Amino acid sequence: MRRRAIRDEPLIFERNPKRTRRQGILIPALDVPEVEPAAVLPADQVRGALSDIPDLGELEVVQHFHRLSQLNYAVDEGLYPLGSCTMKYNPRLNERTARLPGLADVHPLQPVEQVQGALRLIWELEEALKGITGMAGVTLQPAAGAHGELAGILMVRKAVEARGGGRDRVLVPDSAHGTNPATAVFAGFEAVEMPSGDDGTVDLAVLDRMMTDRVAAVMLTVPNTLGVFEHRIVDIAELVHRRGGLVYMDGANLNAFVGRALPGRMGVDAMHINLHKTFSTPHGGGGPGAGPVVVSEALLPHLPVPRVVRDGERFTLLEEDPASIGPMRGFYGSFLVLVRALTYIRGLGAEGLREMAEVAVLYANLIRHRLRDAYHLKYDSPSLHEVVFDDSRQAEHGVHNTDIAKRLLDYGFHPPTMSFPLIVHGALMIEPTESAPPEEVEAFCDAMLAIAREVEDSPEQVKTAPHDTPVRRVDEVRAARQLVVRWRPGDASSP
Amino acid sequence: MPAVPEDLLYARSHEWVRVEGDVVVVGITDYAQDQLGEVVYVELPDVGRSVDAGEEMGTLESVKAVSEMISPVAGEVVAVNEQLASEPNLVNEDPFGDGWLVKISGSVDEDLLDAAAYRQHCAEEKESH
Amino acid sequence: MHPWVGAGPEDRGAILRELGLDSVDELFAALPASVCTDRLPLPGPRDEDAVFGELAGMALANLAMTCHPSFLGAGVYRHVQPSVVDSVLSRAEFFTSYTPYQPEISQGTLQAIFEFQTLIAQLTGLDVANASLYDGATALVEAVLFSHRVLRGKRRRVVLAESVHPVYRRVLATYTDPLGLEVMTVPPGADGRVDPARMAAAAGEACCVVVQSPSFVGTVEDLPAVAEAASRGGALVVQVVAEATSLGLLAGGGAHGFDVVCGEAQAFGIPAGFGGPHLGFFACREGNVRQMPGRLVGRTVDEEGRRAFCLTLSTREQHIRRGKATSNICTNQGLMALAATVWLEALGGTGLAALARSCLARSEALKARVRQLGSGWSLAYPAAPSYNEFLVVGPRPGPELARQMAAKGVLAGVPASRWGGSWPDGLLVAVTERTSAADIDAFVAAARGVS
Repeated sequence: MRRRAIRDEPLIFERNPKRTRRQGILIPALDVPEVEPAAVLPADQVRGALSDIPDLGELEVVQHFHRLSQLNYAVDEGLYPLGSCTMKYNPRLNERTARLPGLADVHPLQPVEQVQGALRLIWELEEALKGITGMAGVTLQPAAGAHGELAGILMVRKAVEARGGGRDRVLVPDSAHGTNPATAVFAGFEAVEMPSGDDGTVDLAVLDRMMTDRVAAVMLTVPNTLGVFEHRIVDIAELVHRRGGLVYMDGANLNAFVGRALPGRMGVDAMHINLHKTFSTPHGGGGPGAGPVVVSEALLPHLPVPRVVRDGERFTLLEEDPASIGPMRGFYGSFLVLVRALTYIRGLGAEGLREMAEVAVLYANLIRHRLRDAYHLKYDSPSLHEVVFDDSRQAEHGVHNTDIAKRLLDYGFHPPTMSFPLIVHGALMIEPTESAPPEEVEAFCDAMLAIAREVEDSPEQVKTAPHDTPVRRVDEVRAARQLVVRWRPGDASSP
Repeated sequence: MPAVPEDLLYARSHEWVRVEGDVVVVGITDYAQDQLGEVVYVELPDVGRSVDAGEEMGTLESVKAVSEMISPVAGEVVAVNEQLASEPNLVNEDPFGDGWLVKISGSVDEDLLDAAAYRQHCAEEKESH
Repeated sequence: MHPWVGAGPEDRGAILRELGLDSVDELFAALPASVCTDRLPLPGPRDEDAVFGELAGMALANLAMTCHPSFLGAGVYRHVQPSVVDSVLSRAEFFTSYTPYQPEISQGTLQAIFEFQTLIAQLTGLDVANASLYDGATALVEAVLFSHRVLRGKRRRVVLAESVHPVYRRVLATYTDPLGLEVMTVPPGADGRVDPARMAAAAGEACCVVVQSPSFVGTVEDLPAVAEAASRGGALVVQVVAEATSLGLLAGGGAHGFDVVCGEAQAFGIPAGFGGPHLGFFACREGNVRQMPGRLVGRTVDEEGRRAFCLTLSTREQHIRRGKATSNICTNQGLMALAATVWLEALGGTGLAALARSCLARSEALKARVRQLGSGWSLAYPAAPSYNEFLVVGPRPGPELARQMAAKGVLAGVPASRWGGSWPDGLLVAVTERTSAADIDAFVAAARGVS
């Protein structure tokens, strides 16, 4: 709850309405002759003045963004228990290393002799991720988890081609995140939905029936989106391999078992890792993330290019390889994000990484224990780093998971993930991560229990939440029906 | 309780059908619009398109979900409800009237349900949730 | 125990007791023994100085552009990085927050993105822009897939100017191959510019016609002519922009009838960072907004009538649409979009135009000096208009020019033939508002010294 007044902050375009001239950035003084643009550029392309972008002084800009920032909740403020998002602490050390001029002010197209440090950094992170997962190879190129997933499935496609083709479909459990079938389609496969067992795990009989010689791969999430570990993973992988297929693992939930289990021993052929989840790089309000993909021997030849190659103490770049799927994006990866991940891995070290997963799992189980009388736990299987409840008890009072989420905002917490996975109606997916002190986790449980009591005693409080946030419940229907996605001159300052 | 007019026929995928000579009018039911939530956009098929019974011919979008619009009959699309482009809310407010979706020249077959059978179908669906 | 793990040993013990467990191992019982390990093959934990020292050592093994006159461009440009940008990005409320799915407590992020969308729309001259994409290369990919969708999947050909960045074109191939799209590449003319008639000739069967302006070789294309010629065949016309500050001086393709303007906005105050993270952008016409990939922020109200912002049209995205999503992308480059927004808003309209004019003036000054060099030096396309980048030919091949000039302390440019291409094997030379007269002198001196 805010204890002081916060002003509404206008759009930047509403500031300096008279459009007087001010200066926010002083650029270097011109020490060469001025040139009239129309004299050297096509006159019909030289633009007029950009009068819709106001000129502002530096403090004015700082204040604009300072006030906007005050409207946001953040990890630094409190628990962010979003299931499958792993909203952990972003260590400040990461921010220092990422700003080293020798890393930030380096151009990707400088000759390799000039960038040995950068190439080494990439190589070191590659080795670390291979060690953490027990896998044979890795690419750090993808810019996000979904991007990594696409890279993984494109590698599967290339492998299928190399083996003679004939496989045009991918099996995806019905509990999977929407990116999984979307990725399969983008890679030119047909995504075939595979019904899960009762607890969201793979039903071996179903897999046996569906794993034909037209199936290129199975996409699994381990632990699955219900937080349950696929304990027959080795059998699953063996079956798939025996039938000539490959195993893709969605690594979004890696925080559950780092330091304990190795995907490389599970029979996984490709797995994407979310550096902005498991390895603490900041979420940044929606990016930039990074989605490296670790691979087995089977997919090694198909890794994207360019690749860093080590030759003794010297590093070079391999730009082309006909067996590769090609580049997924410009250059080598979101390098300054990679810097942060390597910083984190070096800081925690082998023991710290294992401890990280242990505490993440301990906290999730503590929450499960404290909330299971008040909220319905659909599946009784053990939870690892996240726990999934549903709103079925609260629904009896006409209160749904969205309402619970909005009421949690009044208690000063970010809500859990909702309405996902799809196989759980009215889901509340809670992942505390390992970063918070136990008191914060307990306070979250207290808030959830208080809300459960409110649902029985005064459900209207919950149904009309939030009451204490900078804006109240937002009309998302109107946003879609009356689409306004930019400011235009003449827009009213108020709605 | 969702409305289920007696004089209409229904598909299991929650479309309703009203026969008007050799054209059928198609929309989604009150039960369907309630499940979907506030409709923000309707993607309608092109006039002139041929459709089969059971084929997807468009979509209905709410803020959080997308629902397929399944043709309950085989035939050719002869008209679409252009008003829905600016007033998609009609699907929620008047699903059997002004919220109609398409008109198809074609005839119904025995696979469609009457009102009683459709009510039963909805009750069974609710149970399995 | 570790500073980044919230519970210490006593805390863990207390939780275990509350759960009625003896050891945390019991919580991992579902993991089969055959997949487990006791210790990762990594070094142990290290204090901040040790970690920082290792990373700083790697940084020192690089030749940063900070230390030398740099004329490197080819898609990554070195513009001013005012302190205010990093200061805003360092606010924890911006960098440690999540995607704004709960709008009630994310209005800061949402409003900033709405401002970014507005700025991109204004600069490109189109109606709407999204909340950003990964980078320029993937923005091109999205533009091609978008065009394919808008035309209902009925046209499978893409007409692409060869002078679109070679890296972007290679990335495009990664995506078009599995989808069976056919890419036709049209080389530039002798003047370094694309021939609109040649582009149009193949456009009848194409879902899109794509040019980059300013091009990979620095030439400013005749955008009105390209749009006019290419749109006759019914294809969508796409402009790719790799140097975003060019939009401070040159109107974006929206003003000339282009259907999409997309590309890379790293030039808006984002560090080169050895290639990432950067900032893709995408803008299109209002009528096609439902096919637009990526996140989108919309304006609305809350239940008390206050103006508010929220993510909208999410049903295009894959977490809902699943197999029928408009794109694989389900994120934006949040913090980078914020950086660009701060940078543009701090510069203001007047400042951005002044910055772009400064780039032009400095670039023309260097071009004039190159014209006077003699000894085998010349501009590859002397008659073509350019903004802040141009192709220079010297007495040796491009890579050798770069090597010799680097030995004299000048990062003279990117060899244009690094990825092949129908242009001379010279150096792509980029100039920005940070390039001083002394830097230009240093370039010329180093060039004279090439043997």
